[in-house]
Amino acid sequence: MKTIYFDNNATTQVAPEVTEAMLPFFRELWGNPSSMHSFGGRVASYVEEGRAQVAELLGASPDEIIFTSCGTESDNAAIFSALQTQPSKRHIVISCVEHPAVLQAAAFWERQGYRVTRLGVDAKGRIDMDEYVFSLSADTALVSVMFANNEVGNVYPIRAMAEKAKERGILFHTDAVQAAGKVPIDLASLPVDMLSLSGHKLHAPKGIGALYVRRGVRFRPFIRGGHQERGRRAGTENVPYIAGLGVACRLARESMQDETTRVAALRDRLEQGIVSRIPDCLVNGDTEHRLPGTTNIAFRNIEGESVLLMLDRLGICASSGSACTSGSLEPSHVLHAMGVPFKYAHSATRLSLSRYNTQEEVDYCVEHFPAVVETLRRLSPFKD
Amino acid sequence: MWDYSQKVQDLFLTPHNAGPLEDANAIGEVGSIACGDALKLYLKISGDGVIEKAGFETFGCASAIASSSVLTDMVKGLHVDEALKITNADIAKALDGLPREKMHCSVMGQEALEAAIRQWKGEPAMPKTQEEGKLVCKCFNVTDATIIRAIRENGLKTVEDVTAFTKAGGGCGDCRDEIAEILEAELRGQGAPAPEPAGPAEPAKSAACGTGGLTNLQRMQKVMEVMALIRPQLQADGGDIELVDIAGKTVSVRLTGHCQGCAASEVTLHQVVEQILRQQVEPDLAVEEVK
Repeated sequence: MKTIYFDNNATTQVAPEVTEAMLPFFRELWGNPSSMHSFGGRVASYVEEGRAQVAELLGASPDEIIFTSCGTESDNAAIFSALQTQPSKRHIVISCVEHPAVLQAAAFWERQGYRVTRLGVDAKGRIDMDEYVFSLSADTALVSVMFANNEVGNVYPIRAMAEKAKERGILFHTDAVQAAGKVPIDLASLPVDMLSLSGHKLHAPKGIGALYVRRGVRFRPFIRGGHQERGRRAGTENVPYIAGLGVACRLARESMQDETTRVAALRDRLEQGIVSRIPDCLVNGDTEHRLPGTTNIAFRNIEGESVLLMLDRLGICASSGSACTSGSLEPSHVLHAMGVPFKYAHSATRLSLSRYNTQEEVDYCVEHFPAVVETLRRLSPFKD
Repeated sequence: MWDYSQKVQDLFLTPHNAGPLEDANAIGEVGSIACGDALKLYLKISGDGVIEKAGFETFGCASAIASSSVLTDMVKGLHVDEALKITNADIAKALDGLPREKMHCSVMGQEALEAAIRQWKGEPAMPKTQEEGKLVCKCFNVTDATIIRAIRENGLKTVEDVTAFTKAGGGCGDCRDEIAEILEAELRGQGAPAPEPAGPAEPAKSAACGTGGLTNLQRMQKVMEVMALIRPQLQADGGDIELVDIAGKTVSVRLTGHCQGCAASEVTLHQVVEQILRQQVEPDLAVEEVK
């Protein structure tokens, strides 16, 4: 049975070009870029090449890119630095639909005495700009709002939000882990101060991320113990993965058009196909402002883990905001914040596509999805 | 991905006895759509109390569906008195085990079976103690009586166990301390009366005040007395210690003077202060430092 991978917001297939680009660093070019000898030293140019490619995807300068181990580290480092460089400011603004990397880092600082504002969202998961502006104060050290949401795919008005922060001299960080490589980001014109990205969400391997820090923004390292990354992130550079991330960013830039047109069309075909064939569905999120490959659909009166396991039998990989699929017993914090009704919330199923998906896969999923929902609805004691 | 047994997977994909029973004369309903799982169990019971037919409808994950299905197979042909002896552990065993986090699915089966039989007997839908028990977990509507019963029937040892079996504490988490107290009282106070239908109206209270341990007040007083004896030793070394809080079995302290930032403070705290408190107050106290 063929695997149909519709879980690209969880992780993505490593692009074959990326794998190829990494192999020399496991075979011949395994030196340490910091070494004085030429064997190690010649590896350094590949690190800089990777940095330039990441910068180009984002419209940044190479010296504004710091390599990290993952998106979560980038988020933690950004928040840490913003607070450490402005010790007199004791307030953080985030949204309540952030990834746990930001939510839990903010909660940590809250326990250390910081005040945290968590912006609410409406039924479509949108942030209220008035509430946001109202939350900003002279004491605000940092705003951290995600570029795009991992569960429902909402793309947030980062330009408008960052401008409001800039007007008040407040640092603005955005977790762009889901957005980087999928929607155009031009930091040359976007007034954000820091931005996080993760390699494995854009067809590079797991274990590599990057943090953009705008030139001129003061920075304190989160990980100490070496001079690497110009003293901003200690630890020997992960050369193979940096080279891989560079290639992945180049590929993402080249396929941006494909992502925003063909992948978006595939997603629409999938979503429309399911919604038109299955009664009592609910598409979650802001369909006007959404990542091209993401849809989140809930089905009345059934539960999400059952949906996923039945899809799994069909070879379809998806994910769910259902409580049963996580360690927690409560449904997703994102759907909860949006106030999705209980009759739907437990079955919310996320299908997230990439440029490697095909129309054939979409049609197969549309064809088989209705039977899954019908079977589970027949089993359910809830009928209305 | 959950590590489901083959039996769970089979019964999830091709459940036995799925669907409502037209001629059911006993129906047990547990759970709710808000809680994330629910089971409606249908039984056809003969005049002399033998379960002739069983059916189910389940909203929930694979293990909830499989638990419901295996239960309907288990009860068919049993007299209600025999059926009432089925425990959640029996249901889990019939499925060749369930992941620990999913044990509450088997508890749901047991509860639905009891509810159905009570309905057939003309008794109230819930046993008296469960109705009257104190509400502990507000997210999932779990009372202390349910928690105590799960602890006793399954030999639970940790708060995580209680959450896995009853869901209590799996939501906002605010009741975890309360669960820990119930658990402590249960593990220590063997003499506490069981929450049987004829039992006391407030089993949690009697259990929490069960024999053997100290009350919170007694514990606080003793900790303060012992701390007063420890302080002169530390002061002799130019350090000091102050009591910040006592929450359950955790004593929070702040080290000051030379103790503060001293490389050996960790050792002082755990090998000296904690040891003395454990010897002189209670053997399971923990000491943590507030910086």
